[in-house]
Amino acid sequence: MALAKRIIPCLDVDQGRVVKGVNFVGIRDAGDPVEIARRYNEAGADEVTFLDITASHEGRDTTVHTVEQIAREVFIPLTVGGGIRALSDIRTMLNAGADKVSINTAAIHNPDLVREAAARFGSQCIVVAIDVKRVSAEGEPPRYELFTHGGRKPTGIEAVEWAVKMAAYGAGEILLTSMDRDGTRDGFELTITRAITDAVDIPVIASGGVGSLQHLADGVTLGGADAVLAASIFHFGEYTVGEAKAFMASEGITMRL
Amino acid sequence: MIDYGMGNLHSVASALEHVGASKVTVSHEPKAIAEADRVVFPGVGGIRDCMAAIRSLGCDQLLDDVLSRAGKPVLAICVGMQALMTRSDENEGIACLNRVPGEVRYFGDAHCDEAGTRLKVPHMGWNSVVPAMDHPLWRGIEAGERFYFVHSYHVVPADHGVVAGTFDYGFTGCAALARDNLFATQFHPEKSHRAGLTLLKNFLSWDGTCS
Repeated sequence: MALAKRIIPCLDVDQGRVVKGVNFVGIRDAGDPVEIARRYNEAGADEVTFLDITASHEGRDTTVHTVEQIAREVFIPLTVGGGIRALSDIRTMLNAGADKVSINTAAIHNPDLVREAAARFGSQCIVVAIDVKRVSAEGEPPRYELFTHGGRKPTGIEAVEWAVKMAAYGAGEILLTSMDRDGTRDGFELTITRAITDAVDIPVIASGGVGSLQHLADGVTLGGADAVLAASIFHFGEYTVGEAKAFMASEGITMRL
Repeated sequence: MIDYGMGNLHSVASALEHVGASKVTVSHEPKAIAEADRVVFPGVGGIRDCMAAIRSLGCDQLLDDVLSRAGKPVLAICVGMQALMTRSDENEGIACLNRVPGEVRYFGDAHCDEAGTRLKVPHMGWNSVVPAMDHPLWRGIEAGERFYFVHSYHVVPADHGVVAGTFDYGFTGCAALARDNLFATQFHPEKSHRAGLTLLKNFLSWDGTCS
């Protein structure tokens, strides 16, 4: 027996409302993150990730309230990301009921935040999110760098080195998103996924590009990921979490069924 | 629930309420703990800070009181379980409460399974738990059900007879222990969905004996 690979549905939330749409059969309010998180909890999701894309500071109070409500009804691990800039933001989210907090841009501007957060709250609750794009030309050895602002702004930071550094700083997990693949439904960017899973000793969540159940399985079997994150294939009811687990298990992957 | 100021206790409280607890009080006041029908000793974070908080708030004394009260069920979770042992490897070695003799050991930096495949540390995710004894808290939970773990250190009791359940992660580790009115889990029942909620529900109806 080994650890089960995890399936993590992701909710993008703006001012307390799920964006990118959700299309469950029979759901009363497709924009309500609490109801959707509850659905995923019942459907057998292994974790839920809540990505806050609220731009305004005022909107963040709504986020805290939403996290509190989700934590009251969802009895699987809950990760909250988006807008985490300081230790106080992390404490707020953990106190609201998040089990893990995902740090993205703030880690780039201030890597010591990761070190301090891990020391203060424990590595188990510190996820470092890495958004990457391939920057090498066709035919060149593959090179991936970190991008911020939804993939628009380059940083020049090489992805594998960064992942290794963040693990050394105390990150408990890496959430790796390919900005080239995000939203394409072409599958995970397996080259960088494999490179990072081989380079670090902490769990890696693959994200960006899932369009089929085979993609989820490939993230684990070819990419070496410990968990796979997806939004639209679950939100739009194309597949249930149960179907995804059954398929992955049929591919020889250990799952919690 | 014994609150010694380390981390979020809402999850455990919410889960207990979800499975029918009529009232969950989060406190470190001796009176509240003494009056409770059953006591939860949670824990999250590093052992040094936890032990410092436990001692400075007098929670070690509180625990002694409740553990010595036959028939008062106590559930320790994760670092709460580790704090009950004799000592922990974490933070360069920390003396713990020694209420259950034994060690808390690091998984190791080059932790591998029998086939030599590297295993990641922390041990984070859903692993199978096999009960090692009949216990009321395992009622309705099948051998091999998965629970959510997240830890880098694991408990090795001196008396193997207290091991109530095991997990497999490169070796067979202690997932739960039980003795008299104490049940302790390394995994997080409050994050373990159906199986975890079943265990918590069992805790609410447990009479605090091991039969």
